[in-house]
Amino acid sequence: MKNWYKILSVIFILYTLVWGLLNPVPRLDILNETIRNVYYHVPIWFAMLFMMTVSLIQSILALTKNNLDNDTKAFNAALVGFFFSLPGLTTGSIWAKYTWGTWWTFQDPKLNGVAISILIYLAYFILRYSVDDEMKRARISAVYNVFAFVMMNVFIMVLPRLTDSLHPGNGGNPAFSQYDMDNNMRMVFYPAVLGWIFFSFWLYNIKNRISFIKNKLND
Amino acid sequence: MIKRILTLVFLLSALFSSAQETVSSPEMADTFRSDGKIYIVITVIGMIFVALVIFLILLERKVSKLEKQINSK
Repeated sequence: MKNWYKILSVIFILYTLVWGLLNPVPRLDILNETIRNVYYHVPIWFAMLFMMTVSLIQSILALTKNNLDNDTKAFNAALVGFFFSLPGLTTGSIWAKYTWGTWWTFQDPKLNGVAISILIYLAYFILRYSVDDEMKRARISAVYNVFAFVMMNVFIMVLPRLTDSLHPGNGGNPAFSQYDMDNNMRMVFYPAVLGWIFFSFWLYNIKNRISFIKNKLND
Repeated sequence: MIKRILTLVFLLSALFSSAQETVSSPEMADTFRSDGKIYIVITVIGMIFVALVIFLILLERKVSKLEKQINSK
């Protein structure tokens, strides 16, 4: 059964769409009902991080095995991850408008870090289109991708934790503590994370198959 | 004796009246879920997602067909 993760992703996401709106959540000032955005906004970012990790692994494989297929996969994973960062940004912006009072703030290190990371990955796509030779492109972009992944983690995982951030789980605290979430919320949040990760893998799978069809037609 | 009973009654009444005072808590959409037909909205959201998934499945089947055509050549 090779489609198990696709079925699970649909079940999990449907469950979070329904129960995420109905289940009881902590009553908090300012956040009010928007605390439910945790089920939708955060898992999208987790899917993005997952895809970038897949991209990193494929890039390392491309370097060690000298295989063009791995290079194609790394590119597709980065594309899907980039695609997930866009709804992540817009949903975060809307949420920020109604809780922090602004669409975007440069005071928050996580927002700045995400903006820089997206630029780093845009540079990855541009780099790929600027090299014509396939083998050369595979090696250069794989090396750059390893660098991009490390930089992204520094910018969105490490630096926000060193200073104060408006995001929960930053400014020295571990994320998802008992202050941010209760057990009722975990019941929806974890399936949501898994659901969107599986969903991103599904998109990645389709993208790969289209790429390989294209490659065969070009041969 | 009557005085003592009266004081007890007044004390108890004071206790109950304070218990009935609602504690002010953050505003939540409480009535929204009880009578606001929220289930219909949830059904609509679910239907949209299901429609997207069906589209994705059909797209994937087309990709599979192309794969078969290419591999048989």
